[in-house]
Amino acid sequence: MNKPLNKMAVQATINGEPTAFLCSPGQVLAEVLRDEMELIGTKIGCNTGDCGACSVLVNDRLVCACLVLAAEVEGQAVQTIEGIAEGGVLHPVQQKLLEHAGLQCGICTPGVVVAAKALIEHNPNPTEEQARYWLAGNLCRCTGYDKIIRAVLDAAQQMREEAAV
Amino acid sequence: MSIQEFVAPHSLSEAKGLLSDGAMASVLAGGTDLLVGVRLGTRSPERVVDLKHIPELTAIHVDAESVRIGAAASAFSILHDSDVPSCFPGLAEALDLIGSTQIQGRCSAGGNLCNASPAADSIPALIANDAQCLITGPAGDHQMRVEDFVLGPGKNALKEGELLVALILPRPSSQTADAYLRLTPRTEMDIAVAGVGVSLTLDGEGTCTAARVSIGAVAPTALLVEAAGAALVGTQLDATAIEAAVAATREAACPISDKRGTAEYRTHVVGVLVARAVAQAQARIVETSS
Repeated sequence: MNKPLNKMAVQATINGEPTAFLCSPGQVLAEVLRDEMELIGTKIGCNTGDCGACSVLVNDRLVCACLVLAAEVEGQAVQTIEGIAEGGVLHPVQQKLLEHAGLQCGICTPGVVVAAKALIEHNPNPTEEQARYWLAGNLCRCTGYDKIIRAVLDAAQQMREEAAV
Repeated sequence: MSIQEFVAPHSLSEAKGLLSDGAMASVLAGGTDLLVGVRLGTRSPERVVDLKHIPELTAIHVDAESVRIGAAASAFSILHDSDVPSCFPGLAEALDLIGSTQIQGRCSAGGNLCNASPAADSIPALIANDAQCLITGPAGDHQMRVEDFVLGPGKNALKEGELLVALILPRPSSQTADAYLRLTPRTEMDIAVAGVGVSLTLDGEGTCTAARVSIGAVAPTALLVEAAGAALVGTQLDATAIEAAVAATREAACPISDKRGTAEYRTHVVGVLVARAVAQAQARIVETSS
């Protein structure tokens, strides 16, 4: 949709790696992640900040990558779904989503994982109500949410237990 | 997208220059209205000026007299990294009702105000707390009350080249408290059918000495209902006083009917919310002074 007239050079840390990329001034982060960096785990659903499929962390803050201009992340740290598992070991949120069957078609799952990880970092012991409010911006048309919420609460419990050891 | 240029100035003077040299410029705080508007074709700026690297725009400062919230400070940082929620629990409740966690990570109180939606949640809470807008522009700085800042749906009082820098609220004493309540068809991710912000001050005997009632989503702009406040002042907030405030509020409301509710329903609900918000603000004062 953009003619490459005036590309901007942006430097940011993406999933821990210093990265440089070119973008148009009006290009959003979700598009650059997918089309320029081949980080296609970040999904684009509504493109208007309603569905949460493009959830990423910018400087540890949970945001929709469809409502962030790519140029805004100059000098900042971006974490996408690709940066969540460590060395091939799934994050507890990912593992518990598998165990609880908290996904079906999977389109919302990357956003759910990023958002749930942010929740547990912000509040290691969320109530079910807190988890449901925090994840209200991650729409899922398959699961009915119940298994997602169970998986997230279970992951939080496991992480608390691991932290206590 | 129409955007041809992205700039992130580090000072107010630089930003003012970028907004007043004739380019079709828009400021960018959280982008949760601007970027949606660009995508829908309702906004078409050529230049986007990111305000988040300007210290005055993002700082939140609390001192003995006042609370100053940078216009571009995100709802998340206001809610989780500042003393605003302890000073103004009602304003915090209003900000916490805007969009999702993701949206709150970006959206700002200043942006919610400038966007001037009739149903904006933070505007009645700001009006109830007697907030002032600090505006800068080619002609210098000036202040304006929030209730005078919004002119109509999507219209604010900023003139060409002007910029909202901060919101300044008088710091409440322990005898003053606010509350914000809204009704939505769904629990989350929805827009107000009606919203009510209230700020009350009580003396040691429980008599109301000051009251501001503001309503949202029931008129083209959020309104300060002076008659509702006046009905509460001098009373013990007894049933008669509350009924008078509710009646004054319903009198001031002039809502439209749409898919979220009819005008009659909105008029009824806004009164119910006034009674509940008054009770909540009163309970907060009693709680902190006991």
